Amino acid sequence: MDKNDFEKLYSKRRFRKALILFGLLIALVLMIVFVVTVGSVHIPPLTVAKIVLSKIPLISNLVSESWPSIYEAIVIDVRLPRVLLGTVVGSALAVAGCAMQGMFRNPMASPYIVGVSSGAAFGAALAIVLGGSMYILPLGAFLFATLTVFIVYNIARVRGRVPIETLLLAGIAIGCFFSALVSFMNYIAGEKLPTIVFWLMGGLWASNWDKVAIAFPLILLGIVGMFLFSRDLNIMLTGEEHALDLGIDVERVKRIILVFAALITAAAVSVCGIIGFVGLIIPHIMRILVGPDNRILLPSSCLVGAMFLIGTDTLARTVIQPTELPVGIITALFGAPFFLYLLRRRRRVTGW
Amino acid sequence: MRLKVSNIDFYYDSIKALENVTFEVNEGELLGIIGPNGSGKTTLLRCINRALKPKVGTVLIDGRDISKWGRKEIAREIGTVPQGFITSFPFTAFDIVLMGRNPHLDRFSREGKRDLAAVKNAMELTNTQHLAERRIDELSGGERQRVIIARALAQEPSVLLLDEPTLHLDVNHQLEILGLLRALTCQSRLTVVLVSHDLNLAARFCDRLMLLNSGKVHSIGTPDEVLTQENMRQVYHVNTEVRYHSLTRSYNIVLLSPTNGGG
Repeated sequence: MDKNDFEKLYSKRRFRKALILFGLLIALVLMIVFVVTVGSVHIPPLTVAKIVLSKIPLISNLVSESWPSIYEAIVIDVRLPRVLLGTVVGSALAVAGCAMQGMFRNPMASPYIVGVSSGAAFGAALAIVLGGSMYILPLGAFLFATLTVFIVYNIARVRGRVPIETLLLAGIAIGCFFSALVSFMNYIAGEKLPTIVFWLMGGLWASNWDKVAIAFPLILLGIVGMFLFSRDLNIMLTGEEHALDLGIDVERVKRIILVFAALITAAAVSVCGIIGFVGLIIPHIMRILVGPDNRILLPSSCLVGAMFLIGTDTLARTVIQPTELPVGIITALFGAPFFLYLLRRRRRVTGW
Repeated sequence: MRLKVSNIDFYYDSIKALENVTFEVNEGELLGIIGPNGSGKTTLLRCINRALKPKVGTVLIDGRDISKWGRKEIAREIGTVPQGFITSFPFTAFDIVLMGRNPHLDRFSREGKRDLAAVKNAMELTNTQHLAERRIDELSGGERQRVIIARALAQEPSVLLLDEPTLHLDVNHQLEILGLLRALTCQSRLTVVLVSHDLNLAARFCDRLMLLNSGKVHSIGTPDEVLTQENMRQVYHVNTEVRYHSLTRSYNIVLLSPTNGGG
């Protein structure tokens, strides 16, 4: 190889990464605008853009109000918070799933693997049964989701080390325990049963700006934190022993990744229930498309996770108007066949 | 003295795996650690790079005690090639070797010219440049082992530890890998410590051998001092004949028969 070939190879990589991420970012913005136009009332994309811009200080003066006020109410109060919450939650689940699969070196891993979902489900069910308000419910879900991860981690810890297999099994066991408690809650819930069941299915129907304001900072913090550990995650994919030899404090990194993943998953689940499939499948799809390097895999999963969730949510709220389907049904219904198609076609590149 | 290991004791729970292990390795020297299964060879390597923390004993590199060092600091001085590399993920050989620069990078920085130059140098030394864009999981065993050695060299360590680097390789690759290590000690003044089960290869390429038995140093010295019929009988429980081979200028062990639990 000639002298500068490695530099060329490296800069080619970086250029490809920038190109992919830039493209996905543009696609996400366009998609957000597009899905806001869709619904029982169609609002033209340009009007959507104008309404949004008119709400931004400084720019607002440049836009003249030329739309019915009902449009503004629909966009700002109903669709935009829902779509933004979908964006945030989709990103969160995809990134957490990606990091969990990497850390566990297990293709079955999802954001819910260490019991976050069952903990959250129990917290939510408890809040519903005890008759808490709509603000107590997310709080209960968040508290029990993080508590579960804390318990699982400490059970799996043996003399300062957390073997990944033990963590996995402890997560499954504690998950079963909390699932049993949720069943018990369902049993004694009486007329509140439908509320619990509906919450468990997950969905974005109850979105509002408050939820966006709560979930966004937590999830942003977790995702950015996770990005900073993408090189460590790459090296840990080659085995923990190798990672240790290459200067990585493996136990510390595992702890940090777990905390970030738990944080963003708990934040996501507490505002919109348990939405399955996104965190499991999006990382796989992106691994097939962009490769195993977490430095591009994590951010691209983040963007595509967001697009996937707002896309499927748009279907969920439009296919059987005027009512809507839980988005989890759509994510699995559309995601699974597409994933299987990719799996068959490009099995060679997944590494699993 | 480049590497100085003193009085290492290591326990797995209450079972003693290493007892009072002491030895030194010079700059540019190739030391082979040999011994039967369960004699503590791998454990010793992992104590040297502090992947395992010995109960007592010290490891000094150029006279500095590494026990208080962070993982990255250790990884800048000690490169390790562990046994068995199992990634099914489609990283390229270049990706893998670039990982060797991790100890030189902080969390917020990315690889620069300096790092790419180290990668290039490491891949040239191991003759793996042409594999740079190939997938690691699709390389042959010998190629993969050379890439992992390149990764360890990209760390720019002063000491290289290898755990059975020729395991599962066919004979020409065994010679190739050991020849490479021999060259590195001569040209780059690297200090190399390797664990091997192959007594003849170890005898041929290593400056000195250390024979471990039940976690203790049984003997240490040049191959002809260590590979004696008496030592082989005591440690491996086999009768052997040790011959000098004039063409390779090294000692060959010919295995004759087990001693049936003697010693």
